[in-house]
Amino acid sequence: MTAVTTTSGISGKARTKQHWNGLILPAVLILVWEAASQFGIVDARLLPSLGTIAGRAWNELAEGRLAVDIAASLVRYLTGFAIGSALGIPAGLALGLSRTLDRCVGPTFNAVKQIAVFAWIPLISVWFGVGEAAKIAFIALAAFTPVVVNTWAGARSVPRDLAEVAQVLTLSRWQRLTWLAIPSALPSIFVGLHLGLIYSWLATVGAEYFMTIGPGIGGLMTEGREHFHMDLVILGVVLLGGIGLGLNRLATVLETHVLSWKQH
Amino acid sequence: MTDHGTLEIRNVGKRFDVAGQTVAALSDINLSVAPGEFVSIVGASGCGKSTLLRLIVGLERDYDGEILLKGNRLAGPTLGRAIVFQEHRLFPWLRVEDNVALGLLKSTLPADEKRRLVREHLDLVGLGSFAKAYPAQLSGGMSQRVAIARALVNRPDILLLDEPFGALDALTRAYLQAELRRIVRSEGITAVLVTHDVEEAIFLGDRIVVMQPRPGRIAEILPVDSSSQHDRASPAFAHLREIVLNGLGAHHPVLPGRLAA
Repeated sequence: MTAVTTTSGISGKARTKQHWNGLILPAVLILVWEAASQFGIVDARLLPSLGTIAGRAWNELAEGRLAVDIAASLVRYLTGFAIGSALGIPAGLALGLSRTLDRCVGPTFNAVKQIAVFAWIPLISVWFGVGEAAKIAFIALAAFTPVVVNTWAGARSVPRDLAEVAQVLTLSRWQRLTWLAIPSALPSIFVGLHLGLIYSWLATVGAEYFMTIGPGIGGLMTEGREHFHMDLVILGVVLLGGIGLGLNRLATVLETHVLSWKQH
Repeated sequence: MTDHGTLEIRNVGKRFDVAGQTVAALSDINLSVAPGEFVSIVGASGCGKSTLLRLIVGLERDYDGEILLKGNRLAGPTLGRAIVFQEHRLFPWLRVEDNVALGLLKSTLPADEKRRLVREHLDLVGLGSFAKAYPAQLSGGMSQRVAIARALVNRPDILLLDEPFGALDALTRAYLQAELRRIVRSEGITAVLVTHDVEEAIFLGDRIVVMQPRPGRIAEILPVDSSSQHDRASPAFAHLREIVLNGLGAHHPVLPGRLAA
């Protein structure tokens, strides 16, 4: 699960302090790592020093390869995520708002979602071929599931007393959807999108790593592994973590902005 | 202003199925509310008074008997009847002005006219300066005033009030009762108030309908003398309160005016 936490109630100063506390462990780990490679405690081929990795990053960047790989991964990821959530939100709303769909389709969906997403790789490879389409389909599937599950839960739990208000005000189906069902499900939808953002980023790496090789951060890591360039592999890991963290932050900021009515 | 017709409730009954058993919530209700009249319905919890309001507003359609407005049988909610619930039931994601504007979503008025109406009704309940606030930023009394504005913005013929001040503190309640009376009188609206507060029923009502439970039925209908209802300390007010309390089945003469919920 993702950490969708709020730090309201903690003053700004205390929050900054806590923020710094979280950086102590990474700093220590990096120091230990650097010391280990500097003093030759570990084999530099297995765990290259920070300098080597930085140098590799600079080289890749200068050659223009790194930008291409990052861009390829991001485009693939965002396309897949966009498709998955664009299908997932309406599907979740439909399941949550129609009792018939909930009864007829719900159980099947709940059963199918138990299948680990990576188990779909062989099927997707066969259905969508070995190219870009298969990767995007896989990423879209990874986003689709959490978006549907959470949108569904949100749409199903529209407060009954507010639904009665809509009924008394004789709102149309469409007005109920836009003024009541969607806003009331929005916090859940965001939880789904947030999870989808994380899952589909993992799926992007998985697709690049397990499916056909091509430009992308996964491809970069595969290459590093095959040529025993651990600096390249670690560079890939750092990029994956950094980009994932950035996306998570972005999602939190957007969420806080859109759901500002919850802050009061 | 008074051309919106009489509300006729004829031989109305309502049954619920509870755990396989049929329970009569309302039985043989007959009541006629004249245009512009304010009727208070009092009764202890479980006497079906809220159910009666839900029937009138159209939230429950499965009942025996007839509810007529201008001689036509009511079928489902219309904008001519508005309701204020015990809880404010504002949409938390909408600002105060948008919550009031919800009442006008089905209206075909031009947008600037709608804006004018929203503003006018917010001023009417004294919340003009809170138009941009979110419900969570308001107190309970303020939220309930927004709910009243939302109910009134369509200029309904009939306003139904389901224990609207039940959850408020005594001071706010007294203030809002006076405000409500002023608004309803000035707009010429027909109002039906459900409450378990006998003083509130007397203070606001032209007539008081006393209900008794199991099954919910009308025990008596008492006229309120307009000279006695304004002064809660007057002997006439106290006397009427005594009669209503007796009608409710509270025979002890020194019972407090407000029944336990």
